[in-house]
Amino acid sequence: MDQELLLWVRGTGLQIATAVFVLGMSYRVLHLLLLGRKPSLAVARGSEWAGGLRTMWQRSFMLPSLSGRGLFTVIAGYVFHVGFLITLFFLSQHIDLFRAVFGFGWPALPRGVIDIAAVLAIGAMVALLVHRFIDPVKRLLSGFEDFLTWTLSFLPLLTGFMLLRNIGFEYLTLLTLHIASVELLMVVAPFTKLAHMFTTFMARWYNGAVNGFKGINA
Amino acid sequence: MKEHETLEQRLHEQGVSRRSFLKFCAAMATMMALPPGSATAIAAVLAKVKRPSVIWLSFQECTGCTESLTRSHSPTLESLIFDMVSLDYHHTLQAASGHAAEQAREDAMKEFHGQYLLLVDGSIPLKDGGVYSTIAGRTNLDMLQEAAEGAAAIVAVGSCAAFGGLPNAQPNPTGAVAVSDIIKDKPIINISGCPPIPAVITGVLAHYLTFGALPALDDQGRPKAFYGETIHDRCYRRPFYDQGKFAKTFDDEGARNGWCLYELGCKGPTTHNACATTKWNGGAGFPIEAGHGCLGCSEPKFWDVGSFYTPLPAPAADVTAFAQAAALAGAAAAVVLSTADRAKQRRAQRTRQKLTVSDLKGE
Ligand code: SF4
Ligand code: SF4
Repeated sequence: MDQELLLWVRGTGLQIATAVFVLGMSYRVLHLLLLGRKPSLAVARGSEWAGGLRTMWQRSFMLPSLSGRGLFTVIAGYVFHVGFLITLFFLSQHIDLFRAVFGFGWPALPRGVIDIAAVLAIGAMVALLVHRFIDPVKRLLSGFEDFLTWTLSFLPLLTGFMLLRNIGFEYLTLLTLHIASVELLMVVAPFTKLAHMFTTFMARWYNGAVNGFKGINA
Repeated sequence: MKEHETLEQRLHEQGVSRRSFLKFCAAMATMMALPPGSATAIAAVLAKVKRPSVIWLSFQECTGCTESLTRSHSPTLESLIFDMVSLDYHHTLQAASGHAAEQAREDAMKEFHGQYLLLVDGSIPLKDGGVYSTIAGRTNLDMLQEAAEGAAAIVAVGSCAAFGGLPNAQPNPTGAVAVSDIIKDKPIINISGCPPIPAVITGVLAHYLTFGALPALDDQGRPKAFYGETIHDRCYRRPFYDQGKFAKTFDDEGARNGWCLYELGCKGPTTHNACATTKWNGGAGFPIEAGHGCLGCSEPKFWDVGSFYTPLPAPAADVTAFAQAAALAGAAAAVVLSTADRAKQRRAQRTRQKLTVSDLKGE
């Protein structure tokens, strides 16, 4: 792997990926918002905001026992998401990137914590994939997009961990692959279910707000 | 044919003792990671070989590579380069000048045709017919092609000859290229670095003389023995990198504690060179020991990867403008499409026909 390829993924490649990602996401989010709905003429029986915020909060911390999706999926799902977000936002190298782009940074977590988070996230993803194959219902429900998004989310984690721990290939190769895998994810995300990274909380707020308006305490 | 003396005779003439010659061979063996005991074998071979004729061409360069070589204090490994070879043409170092100098080059080329080593430093400008660098009225391109024709092998000394270097940096006004971009039919060995480590040049020559062949090369044409590992692989600050302890500025607590220079732009992780082990200035140290990150000088395009002080993960180009334009475009697309959606919705409402009993009857 050579320097010019690394230069490309750090330069032109990143510009393309950022443009597609931002364009796609701003389109998706704004299009959803603009769908709007007709103003309800009914008398409000509760606050939309309170209901919306409550649901945003509650759905993020649902007790596994209350979930209809099964204990395993919920726990592995949380482990993956938390691990992924910790490595994304608290690894010093990532903060270097954010600082370079946004002009500000924040303190990093110790390397040991990052390692644990990354290993847990990788383990959870593998477990979820296996479960997808074993569980008859999940298998039936899975389609191309599910495997595509799994792969695209998994590769950055894997190459990132190998890079950090000096496993397999040399730094130049792994850094190039890592950045390229993230760019692939950025390009595809807005047009798949991965767009949930921006729309999840909007959807939760919306559900909660509807219920709140009606005075439902859920 | 004129024969050069052997290295042993030459060293004897120069007053270099057998002992320091053996020390040199041992150092070479270590540097090239040869098995123990090979030092004596190297010494035996080296002592007997005829010193090869070397023609050294300097093209679009700053003379830093030659400076690097000659600034070594003798008797060092580096100075032995000049004893190992018969330098028949080097326009900075030779005494002759003008026509006499060019004559010396032509004589050597004729006499040792097919056998001489061609060392090149500096890049070769191709733009506008190569007028940006000429010697004795001839373009570098012309001279290189002529000299390469009869060379046994070519050694591209320094990042300019190896990869284009500084002259090749964007926007490359002279159309500068590397030796390997022009010469395709000769073995070329790239000894990159800005400048390259003198001991590495000596090592490569010693290898060539001892084994009669070029050493194993990496995918960039560099000898693996010296460029097989990165600065980061052998950096003494590496434990701090692994622990995530970084100096944030050149004079903070971390810098004083000797922490890793990654966040200050160190390119050690992606740079293949022997600085961390062979070191500079007779083994005195290398840049990271002086508190400055590696610039990546032995890699292609090292001038074009952004500031020397930009950390590796940071973008190499501006992404903010792209993001802003993309956000606007995305928003505009959303507005346009949802307006269209609404228009369609309204049209559908306006033109909606009420369902009648006759419809249901299927009349
Ligand atoms: S100072 Fe540079 S080469 Fe040394 S460990 Fe840090 S990043 Fe690697
Ligand atoms: S430390 Fe890096 S920049 Fe400095 S001389 Fe060595 S390879 Fe070149």
